[in-house]
This record gives sequence, structure tokens and C-alpha cells, in this order.
Amino acid sequence: MSSSKKIRVLMAKPGLDGHDRGVKIVARALRDAGMEVIYTGLRQTPEMVVRAAIDEGVHCIGLSILSGAHNALFPKIMELLKAEGADDILVTGGGIIPEDDIPDLKKAGISEIFGPGTPLDDIVEYIKANVKL
Amino acid sequence: MSVAELIEGVLNQKRRYLARLISLIENEDIRALEALSQLYKHTGKGHIIGVTGPPGSGKSSLVTKLTAEFRKRSKTIGIVCVDPSSPFTGGALLGDRIRMQEHSLDDEVYVRSMGTRGHLGGLARATSDAVRAIDAFGKDIIFVETVGTGQSEVEVIDVAHTVIVTDVPGSGDDIQAIKAGIMEIADIFVVNKSDLAGADKKVTEINAMLDIDPRERAWRPPVVLTNARTGDGIPELVDNILAHLEHLKESGLLQKKGLQRSRDELHELMKYKLTKELSQKLQGKPEYEKAIKMIAKRKQDPYTVAEQLIAEFLFSETR
Amino acid sequence: MGDNKTLPAAVKRWDENTVAKTIGRFPERQETFLTISGLPVNRLYTPLDTKDLDYEKDLGFPGEYPFTRNIQPTGYRGRLWTMRQYSGFATAKESNERFQFLLDQGQTGLSVAFDLPTQIGYDSDHPLALGEVGKVGVAIDSLADMEVLFDGIPLDKVSTSMTINSDAVVLLAMYIAVAEKQGVPMDKLRGTIQGDILKEYVARGTYIFPLGPSMRLITDTFKFCSEKMPLWNTISISGYHIRESGSTSVQEVAFTLANGIAYVQAAIDVGLNVDVFASRLSFFFGSHSDFLEEICKFRAARRLWARIMRERFKAKKDSSCRMRFHTQTAGCTLTAQQPDNNIVRVTLQALQAVLGGTQSLHTNSRDEALSLPTEESVQIALRTQQIIGFESGVGDTVDPLAGSYYIESLTNEIENKAMEYIQKIDEMGGAPAAIEKGYIQREIHDAAYSFQKSIDSNERIVVGVNKFQVDEEHKFDYLRVNPESERKQIEQLETLRKTRNDGKVQTALKDLRQGAEGDTNLVPLILEAVKVYATLGEICGVLRDVFGEYKAADL
Ligand code: B12
Ligand SMILES: Nc1nc2c(ncn2[C@@H]2O[C@H](COP(=O)(O)OP(=O)(O)OP(=O)(O)O)[C@@H](O)[C@H]2O)c(=O)[nH]1
Ligand SMILES: [Mg+2]
Repeated sequence: MSSSKKIRVLMAKPGLDGHDRGVKIVARALRDAGMEVIYTGLRQTPEMVVRAAIDEGVHCIGLSILSGAHNALFPKIMELLKAEGADDILVTGGGIIPEDDIPDLKKAGISEIFGPGTPLDDIVEYIKANVKL
Repeated sequence: MSVAELIEGVLNQKRRYLARLISLIENEDIRALEALSQLYKHTGKGHIIGVTGPPGSGKSSLVTKLTAEFRKRSKTIGIVCVDPSSPFTGGALLGDRIRMQEHSLDDEVYVRSMGTRGHLGGLARATSDAVRAIDAFGKDIIFVETVGTGQSEVEVIDVAHTVIVTDVPGSGDDIQAIKAGIMEIADIFVVNKSDLAGADKKVTEINAMLDIDPRERAWRPPVVLTNARTGDGIPELVDNILAHLEHLKESGLLQKKGLQRSRDELHELMKYKLTKELSQKLQGKPEYEKAIKMIAKRKQDPYTVAEQLIAEFLFSETR
Repeated sequence: MGDNKTLPAAVKRWDENTVAKTIGRFPERQETFLTISGLPVNRLYTPLDTKDLDYEKDLGFPGEYPFTRNIQPTGYRGRLWTMRQYSGFATAKESNERFQFLLDQGQTGLSVAFDLPTQIGYDSDHPLALGEVGKVGVAIDSLADMEVLFDGIPLDKVSTSMTINSDAVVLLAMYIAVAEKQGVPMDKLRGTIQGDILKEYVARGTYIFPLGPSMRLITDTFKFCSEKMPLWNTISISGYHIRESGSTSVQEVAFTLANGIAYVQAAIDVGLNVDVFASRLSFFFGSHSDFLEEICKFRAARRLWARIMRERFKAKKDSSCRMRFHTQTAGCTLTAQQPDNNIVRVTLQALQAVLGGTQSLHTNSRDEALSLPTEESVQIALRTQQIIGFESGVGDTVDPLAGSYYIESLTNEIENKAMEYIQKIDEMGGAPAAIEKGYIQREIHDAAYSFQKSIDSNERIVVGVNKFQVDEEHKFDYLRVNPESERKQIEQLETLRKTRNDGKVQTALKDLRQGAEGDTNLVPLILEAVKVYATLGEICGVLRDVFGEYKAADL
């Protein structure tokens, strides 16, 4: 495949959550859809996520949390991104996120949240349609 | 982001701008060339260290530990890690960064992952320019980790001052891999995973190979035993890296290499430019298409036609 | 089993006449049928499929080697399985109240879920603990919290199961210390720590230290308990988490037993006698959605483990070869869509586990994919078990499905396929080496990915997700953890740090460091440290310093 613009995505597991089945599957699906995917591994602080996203020049950050810490961590990450002037990056999230929490997370700048049962293609399509290259 | 902003950002050590510049380089954006040409005068200061070797031999772990050691010695660090892109989808999982977590919040360490995007030889097409951007940014030491497919990834010598070739104890196959081409490019051999059985044997084997190397060399590559998990052997490796740089300087090789590199690079660039220009000019021209048919029908020969077309389209004043 | 000489011809005839005719008119739903793990399923099984089975050698009798049919001679006729629901509450105080309530209701076993900072050896005020304190279980920072957790609970009367792994030894030490304050000596304590670190690296994610030191903590615990805590279960070797990470049933059996082999070998290597510790090992499996395959899986696992213990480790006692296991229904099969459907799924899965002969069972709640379960949902889940136990009658005879041609043939197949995996892992140098190479992780991930793909492509139907969907609004009650509890927990920790005797803490930590650098048994040193109120984070901090931290293999 010749060089051309490629969507670069950071898939991150903020906090102490160890549920990584979903994030790894999504990462692989994005790769198979032609994207360059950087997976951070577990136990990332918001600072680490933001640093990696900036250094790697990604167009999209995918945050995955199933442990319930999203209300503390997602907004913190958005805040740090803003402070770095990097809030042009598309931020999506997924995992176990109660519906009641979604409006506030969106207000904080998360563009979309994908829950259990989401087909991988939906995620791929969403990112393709919404990243700013 | 304008070119001027980019340059200013990079020179002021704003990592977001560096990241952006590297993305533009990867995407072959015209702004990247403009920025690089203006940044060129700020480059040439960093010590570029290539790390190559079979998959899983511990390259990323070594780079992590080396980074820690160089940081102790107050050096700033840039790291470029290359992973293979899928030839089918063009996608890539860039997995080296995961090993480099311990420096993830160090302001003086910049890590960038790259997919090969179809380029062969162990690096991405953009690697060399990305290294240059990091150099301009002002990092003292810049590591380049090759893809690690075990194929002959020799391109790294065109980029790095010092090339480390890693290997691990065990299977004799690796030795074959080394023989098949990587052998020649090593400035330092590392036998990593010293905790595994057979590490000393591996060191002996490599030394034996070096003994029968017929080339006259002022620098005999040292063979260093490391454990990239615990950090054993790392200070020694750093000393060897610095000794190699010293050797390059003292022997005049650094200058010689620099000249050679500039020559190669200029040549490559001109070739690239010329080819690109030529193809642009020929694109869709009826003469061109006609000539191709004539060659295929054996009415004309490609040798003469090539001469004619180049003369006509590239060098003719009237075009 | 079958020795009918005319049978092969009869089967052929049936196939060519009766079946062919029907298929011509009514094609089958699919060209091939596979179990959820990808094992082929034939149209029909006959005595031909079990002809090599030797009843006495391969099945035997309940309560006897190789335990294929059950480890209890009377199955559930004596006592039903233990109905044990795993759950956690934010603070030690809330959990204590809950425990008191359960004990009043006649429950004798407690099960403790810890929050993630506790499971990963961080105090509640660690930066990585932000937003996690008390979320998925109780937060324990020091002995002070443990005292509150078990306040008024007679530790000589209850048995306590703690889901804790990488730092299990610290929580065990705290438990011993609380008991001591109650005047209960440790040899009276009954309970279990999960303590299965190998599956943390491949599936569950609450690892701390690298493999070597982690295995040392385990053998230190084995040794300590074999001398001082004869009633304590030192490990629960878990396939559940492997399965929930996306493995197949064969992989679940293979990887779990490979881990088991590694623990037994490690214990033998530090000088323990197999027949002394093996009967304290217990296992933990999932019960996924392929009804018949799962029943076979349990039977295959039991038989394979028995053979491994006897043939590989030369265990003399039958009790050393007996695989006791806990089962949990498969959370990953439960959907956020139409959550009430999950009650039905859980019912089937619970029934499988019972037909497979489990010793204890956790049934998941219908709101599994939404949040931690509400009390009402937990009650339905428990009732599900009770209905199976008291109304269905399936527990009234032992291993009722034995002898079914399909059941026996699939049991064999799972055992054989698992054994192939175990051999491969042996060749790599055993489970720890295979984990370091990332082999097991990759196998699981590959299985998980193709599973997801088969759902996305509608090859596999999940009711309510890719078929029979309805428009729904989640008007479900979510269980919410009070965000205040994190702040309170941190305040308490700060107070503790101010009021305890710091000199004693420092001395204990220094001793611990020295011990960790050498090779003495660390359990007594950790016990000393918890008694002077060194925090979990401080103790694990010292060990992190000395041992380093595990770095995960990448994708
Ligand atoms: C599998 C599982 C586990 C496995 C995890 C294996 C692994 N390596 O991942 C095991 C058994 C180890 C486990 C353990 C625990 N678990 Co658990 N687990 C689940 C379960 C059943 C399924 C999750 C899953 O993998 N689904 C399959 C994957 C493919 O789906 P997914 O992750 O949801 O991902 C999809 C979407 O969400 C989305 N997505 C996910 N991430 C992202 C990211 C981006 C960017 C995008 C775009 C999309 C996206 O796309 C995916 C494809 O559709 C859920 C309940 C449930 N049914 O969801 C509980 C659940 C998440 N677990 C829970 C708990 C409490 C735990 C424990 C903390 C218990 C304890 N106290 O010890 C432990 C500890 C785990 C740890 N270290 O953190 C709770 C969390 C409660 C809460 N949030 O309030 C849940 C909700 C169960 C419950 N109701 O109690 N668990
Ligand atoms: N036993 C041992 N394992 C090591 C050592 N160094 C690295 N490893 C392990 O080897 C595996 C591969 O290490 P990496 O650093 O990712 O190797 P790599 O060469 O960068 O791998 P690729 O980039 O995938 O080619 C990891 O599991 C490391 O933890 C060592 O000295 N001893
Ligand atoms: Mg690497």
C-alpha cells in the first residue's frame, strides 16, 4: 500500500480497569480497516493518555472503561486536551457507561459513546466519517 | 498550521508541533518539505542510534532501559519505532510504545510510532526525515527501532551513526539471520535476555564470527550482554555507544559518513524529483503512449526512446 | 461401549436412505454445525462414537478416580451445591452491615469483592486510584479497614472467600491479624484467596509484580498455610476469566490446567509434598452458552486434572486428584439489549453447571451489562439457582447425562484437544514461559476476535442484539456508588497515617525489604507490617521496588 493519509488512532485504557477484551477487539478492527492504531495497554493516567495522543499525532482517541470510573476520567482527559490545544482530536468512548451519564460526557467533549453489542463496523464507520484528517 | 508556525513551534520545543510535522512528513505533504528545508540548518547535533534485530529480541525494552540510563546522564531523548503495515489493508498495530511506559510523562522524552506503509528495508519512508525533525527539535539522542521482521533491515545504517544489532540466546537460526546481512552493519552487538540459558554461548559465537571477518576494521564491534528487564549490562552498553561515537569522531569517520550521507541524500532527492517531474510531464502525452506501443510491437527500442523522451521533455527549452 | 457389528452398516443405510431423502426435500439450516467453540457437531451420535470408551477406566464411579462423573459419591443427593453470590460494596462499613445481614439470614460463607486499587496494591490516594475507590468492591488501605469490615463477625464460624490475587498475601495477613484480635488462632480460619496470578497476566489484569516474584509469593503462601492454616484454600485456579476474555472451552480447560500444573510444580520445587497440598487446590470455571458443550467441558476438566495429578505428579491419594470447582455463569453472554432475556440465559447456564457437577455457583444478574447488579436483580439470580436446586429435580441422580453418545464423545474430544494445547505449552517451557511469550494472550485474543466477527456477520445469532431487536429505552435502575465514599476513604487514610506509630511502620517495612531481597518466607514479615498499620500501598510499594513491575506483552 502506498503512502497516503492514514487515520491514526490511540486506543487507551485509563484508570485501573483491566477489562481489555473489548478494546483489543476494537483496535484490531480499526487496523483491519486500514488505520494505524496505537494501543497504550492498561493503567493509564489522563496525563499519559494525552501525552501519547499528542506525541503520536493521532486523529482520534478511543477510551475504553468498564469499571465505572468514566465520570472521573473522561472529563479530566478532555480538560487536559483543551489545555494542550489539542481538542481538535476526535474523542470516542466505549465500555459500560450508563445512559444517564452520556449527556454530561458529551458536554465535556466526548463525541460519541459505544456500548456493549455495538458492531465493529459501526465504530469503524463512525471514526472514518468524523475524524479531521 | 502554517509552515512558519510549524517551524517556530518545533524550534521552541513544542511537542505538538513536532508531532504535526512528522505527520506531514508521513503524508508527504508539501509543507513538510518546506519546513524541513528551513529546519535543516538546525540539524546535525543529535546522536542517532539504530536498533535492529529479530522480532521479540527486546529492542523496545532495550531502548527503554537505554533511555533511562541516558536520562541519568542528563541527555534528552527522541525515539522512533517502526512497525510493519499490513500489505493488504495498509493498517498497522503500533505496539512498541507499550514497552516505553516508564518514560511516558518525561518531558525530555519524545516517542513516535510509525507504520512502514509499504516501504521495505526495516524503516518507513518517512523515518529519516522524522529523525531529522526530532534532531531539529533538539533531542540529544535519537533512537530508531526497526520493524524487526528478521529480514535484512539494513537501511538503518543510512540513518544512524551507531547501529546496535540485538540477538537472544537460543536457536542457531538467528545466527544465520545475522550472517545474511545484518552482521555487516553492526557497530555493537547486544546479546539480550542474559537471564536465559545459552547467553554466554551466543556471545562466544558472535565473537567467533567477528574473528573470521576478513575486513580490516579500526572498530571491532563489541558484544555486550544485557538483560533489558532488569537493566543489567545497560550502563556498559551506554559506555560502548559513547565509545563508538568517540571513535567516529576521532577517526574522522563521522565527517566522512556525513559527507557520504549528504551525497547519497542529494542524489536520492534529485533522482526522486527528476522522476516525479518527468512522470508529470509525460502524463497522458500522446507521444508517450505512442512510443510505448511502438516498443511493444518491436518497431522501436526502449533505449533510444528513453533518450529521446528525456531530451525532449526534461531538457528541451521549448517545453 | 458399543460393540455392535452390524451398526456401521446400519448407520450408513440410515444416512443414505432416510437422511438423504429428507435432506433432499428439507435442507438443514446450515451446511455444518459447530459448537460455540468451533468443534464440529454431527447430525447423530451412536455407539460407534464411544466404542473406545472404557467405562471403568474413563468414567468410573462418582467419588472415585478419575472423577469424570462427580467428585462426590452421592452428587447433590447429600447437599446441593453452595449458592455463592460474589459482590462488593464501597466501604468497609457498608460491607460489614451487609455481611451481618447475610449471616443473620443463615448464610455461613462470605465473599468479598475488593475495589481495583486494593487489587493492584495502591492506596486510595494514589493518582491511579482516581475515580476507582470503592467502585467495584470494598476499599482496603490498612488493617484498620479490615477491622471494620469484619467487626462483630466471628471469624472462627464463617468461611470467607476473597477475590484477590497479586497482593493476596497482604489481605490474607490482614485477615489473620483481625482474627488474632478476636482471639481466633489462624489454624481455625476457613476460607479462600483466589491467589491465581498466572491468569491475571492473561485475562484479568490485576497483576503487579513480574512472574518470578509473583510465583514466590504464591509458594511462600502455600508453605505458610500448609504449616499454619490447614483449613485455608490457598488458591482458586481460574478458567472463568480466561473464558470471559474470549477463549474457547477447550482453551479454557487447557490454559487453566496448564496454570494448575505450573502451581503444582512450583510447590513441589520448594519442597512441598503433592499429597499434602493438592487437596487444598480448587478451580473456577465459566458456564457459557453452548449447553451440551459446557456440560462436557466440566466432565473433561475433572478427568483430565485427575489424570495429570496421578500420572504426571504421581499423587498417591485420590483426594489429590479430585478437582473441586466453583462456577459462574458467563457475564459476556449477557446483553445490554432486552436485559430480562438474561434471566433465561442464566437459567440455562446454571443448569449446565449443575449437570456438569459444580461444587458452588454464582448466577449473574440480568443487569450484568448495565452496571453492578441491583438488589432485586441479585435476588432473581439467586432464585434461579434455588428453582433448579429445589424444583427441577436434576440434582436427584448423579451425572444424569453420562452415557449419552454425544456427551461422552464430546467429553473425550475436549479432553484430547485440551491435552494437545497443554503439550504445546509444555514444549514452550510451561505456562509461565508461554505467558511471557504472549502466546496464551494471543490465542485468547484471536478467539475473541473471531467470536465478535461471527456475531457482526450474523453467522451467530444473539437474541436482541443482531436478531429480534426492539426499540427500547433503558428505564432500568442503575446501581450507583456514592462518589463521596472516595473522599471519605482518603480522609480516613490520612488520619491513619498521622496517628499510627511511624517508627514501627518504617522498621517493619525495612525488614520486609530485606526479606524480599533475600529468600526468606515473606508471609510473617508482611504479617508484622500489617499489624503496625503499614498500608497496603506501602507494603506493595516496597515489593514493587525490590521486585519491579510486570510489563504486559503487547497485542
Ligand atoms: C468479560 C468481563 C470480565 C472479564 C474481563 C476479561 C478481559 N480481559 O477483558 C473478567 C472476568 C476478568 C472480569 C473481571 C472483573 N469485572 Co467484569 N465484566 C465482564 C463482562 C461480563 C463483559 C465485558 C466484555 O468483555 N464484553 C465483550 C466485549 C467485546 O465488549 P465490550 O468490552 O463492552 O466492548 C464493546 C463496546 O462496549 C465497545 N467498546 C468498548 N470499549 C470501547 C472503546 C472505544 C473507543 C469504542 C469506540 C468502543 C468501545 O465496543 C465493543 C464491541 O462492541 C462485563 C459485563 C458485560 N456483559 O458487559 C463485566 C463487568 C464490566 N465487570 C465488572 C466488574 C465489577 C469486574 C471486576 C472489577 C470485579 C471485581 N470486583 O473484582 C473484575 C476485575 C477486572 C479488572 N481487572 O478490572 C462490572 C463493572 C461494573 C460497573 N462498571 O459498574 C461489569 C459491568 C459486570 C457487572 N454488571 O457487575 N470481567
Ligand atoms: N527474559 C527476558 N525477557 C526479556 C528481556 N528483554 C526483553 N524481554 C521480553 O521479551 C519480549 C519482547 O520484548 P520487546 O522489547 O517488545 O522486543 P522487540 O524486539 O522490541 O519486539 P518487536 O518490536 O515486536 O520486534 C517482552 O516480553 C520482554 O519483556 C530480557 O532481558 N530477558
Ligand atoms: Mg519493539
